[in-house]
Amino acid sequence: MKVTIDGQSVEVEPGTTILQAARMIGGDLVPPAMCYYSKLKGSGGKCRCCLVEVSKGSEADPRPMPKLMASCVTGCMDGMEVNSKNSERVTEARKSVTEFLLINHPLDCPVCDQAGECSLQDLSFEHGKSETRFIEEKRTFEPENIGDKIQLHMNRCILCQRCTTLADQLTDKRVHGVLNRGDHAQISTCVSAAIDNEFSGNMIDVCPVGALTDKTFRFKSRVWFNKPFNAHRDCDKCCGKTTVWMFGNEIQRVTGRKDQYGEVEEFICNTCRFDKKEVSDWTIEGPRKFEKDSVINQNNYVRPLEKVVIETEKNILLGRDIDRKKISMTGVPLKNTDN
Amino acid sequence: MSVQQISLSGRKIEVSNKEMTFLERIYLWTILKGLWTTLKHLFRRKVTIKYPEETRTMSPVYRGQHMLMRDDEGRERCTACGLCALSCPAEAITMKAAERKPEEKHLYREEKYAEIYEINMLRCIFCGLCEEACPKEAIYLTKSKKIVQANYEREDFIYGKDKLVMPLEMAIKNTQSNKVN
Repeated sequence: MKVTIDGQSVEVEPGTTILQAARMIGGDLVPPAMCYYSKLKGSGGKCRCCLVEVSKGSEADPRPMPKLMASCVTGCMDGMEVNSKNSERVTEARKSVTEFLLINHPLDCPVCDQAGECSLQDLSFEHGKSETRFIEEKRTFEPENIGDKIQLHMNRCILCQRCTTLADQLTDKRVHGVLNRGDHAQISTCVSAAIDNEFSGNMIDVCPVGALTDKTFRFKSRVWFNKPFNAHRDCDKCCGKTTVWMFGNEIQRVTGRKDQYGEVEEFICNTCRFDKKEVSDWTIEGPRKFEKDSVINQNNYVRPLEKVVIETEKNILLGRDIDRKKISMTGVPLKNTDN
Repeated sequence: MSVQQISLSGRKIEVSNKEMTFLERIYLWTILKGLWTTLKHLFRRKVTIKYPEETRTMSPVYRGQHMLMRDDEGRERCTACGLCALSCPAEAITMKAAERKPEEKHLYREEKYAEIYEINMLRCIFCGLCEEACPKEAIYLTKSKKIVQANYEREDFIYGKDKLVMPLEMAIKNTQSNKVN
């Protein structure tokens, strides 16, 4: 099947969504996604950030789709033509969606541990306005303790439901869900007070905002002051492949390896994430690369400075014998034999 | 053309060794010309000032020593978000955050505060980017004419919160004057 997005064509398998096809092409035209997570079955269709305009339905039925479609849940058809970045309507719609998401989101990025790797920050940077038109009071919730490893900030939640989907799929019993409806909807523990599943820590990684954060990393450092390294260890529960975030020689945080869309490559277990904070626990492979304009690349002033001794320097100062002969100086007159 | 005569810069000038005339040789005319210049400057406006008694007016964009502000209730504004340290081109700022305890609500404005906040005054170039980056209006470069004091140890130039945070009396005075207005 051939799909054209913003003038670029790609061959896809039947059953591929528009978002997946856009990610195959890559670049600017990939719609932002707050709720869709390719590693989680059934995610997507909630945040409406990934809206695209379908200007030609398919080869068989070339009529355009009247409304903007959520690209993460709309399947591709043969000969479909989609406008993402090119469309004025889409830009306008994403701007509105961003404004809606930010209505109840508190302005506490300076306090939030997610700042710097937050999808909502990226989204509002690209599509949002610098001002708010919302003058009413923001929705707030009472702080709730959901365990000693994960910190829940319900005020920051945008109800993408990635964490509940993850809890559904990775854990045996559902201990975590969405309570109430509409404006009162909130993520909470339904059954027990704490989430004690071995893979529950992945909720931190899937959360696009700072609603679920690592309690062992709470206020320790800002994301961009840490130096991320790829590391692995032999783990009997998970793959053991992680990113460790170091400050000097101290491992402050362990996360899964996130790709350019903020999705982890493989889920990791809680032992790796919360308990292994010694350098000796890990085999460090090398620095983790991030996108060029990511703030994480900034200001890595904790890297050790080693003095480099260049052996050739002495020779440069002296110069080679053959070179010295060619320099015209009165002190070194040319001999007639040299020429 | 031999190597010695090539002008690589193209600005090589041949100087002549012309013999001076009698008038030029006694130098009297040249000395008088020089004295005339000196005399002219006696009646011009002076460019120097008598420093300790007189001082020049400061530029309106003058940036002096840093201060970590307090809000109207005397609580510290800084939340240790790290944006000042991120923006600092001289990498002079370091900080360590801590979580506010419930009984410290009157001391710190937000849930997180800077436990340690240090500016290395030897590194600081007083560019004011930290002030610009601060989302909480916590750090300001004051108009204070006090310059970093000379010291013997390098460690003494690392200013901690004891030197940077606004004195409480000043905060109280500010609040009172704000209420009057």
